[in-house]
Amino acid sequence: LAGLPLRVLAQAAAPAAQPEMTADQWVAEFAGGAEVTDGDGVTLTAPEIAENGNTVPISVDAPGATEILLVASGNPVPGVAKFTFGPLAGNQAVSTRVRLAKTQDVMAIAKFTDGKVVRAKSNVKVTIGGCGG
Amino acid sequence: MADNVKPRVRVPKTASKDEVITIKTLISHQMESGQRKDKDGKVIPRSIINRMTVEFNGQSVLDMTLEPAISTNPYVEFQAKVPESGEFKFTWYDDDGSVYEDVQKIEVA
Repeated sequence: LAGLPLRVLAQAAAPAAQPEMTADQWVAEFAGGAEVTDGDGVTLTAPEIAENGNTVPISVDAPGATEILLVASGNPVPGVAKFTFGPLAGNQAVSTRVRLAKTQDVMAIAKFTDGKVVRAKSNVKVTIGGCGG
Repeated sequence: MADNVKPRVRVPKTASKDEVITIKTLISHQMESGQRKDKDGKVIPRSIINRMTVEFNGQSVLDMTLEPAISTNPYVEFQAKVPESGEFKFTWYDDDGSVYEDVQKIEVA
């Protein structure tokens, strides 16, 4: 993570760059000032190797969470999805399919009622990128 | 742009009171990411479903915000608690302003 602030600076300096938020900015906005810890409470299930980055199955389970944010740090738009659970949610687990542009870390960040924000990370190796044009 | 958008939802027909059931949803949609370019090198504008909500008898189950990284034909699987007989209402919001809905009844024995 030490290299991330540099990347933020580099992006801000490049006039042609789009004002797209970095992965860290997505996480910070979601956390809303709370400290983000790596730890128990969030289980992220992703394949180690995805042959096709266009449709990568991702599951996240965070019992008791109110909200979960999925972030793909290596995508042009790092934010993937945000899930807000209502009173009739059966649990705080979801599965979906995402696009990954390249090999990268996928993160799930969960917010709990006691204010804790916990992150889980998983590296996915992508053989064929999912943002091709 | 939003041609042939068709929601498909799988909800059990019956449940026991307060049972936790699995719901699977898929909506056919190209989810154009806004990152791709056409033959002339022009960026194809983003056109995605940006939100999906699920309610049971007016109470929220799940509210999901979707970004361009969600795959074509967005698929979501999750679980809901069923306190009584009633209706699940699924709503999808398209970038182009379209709103798609589906309703599924469930009977609590």
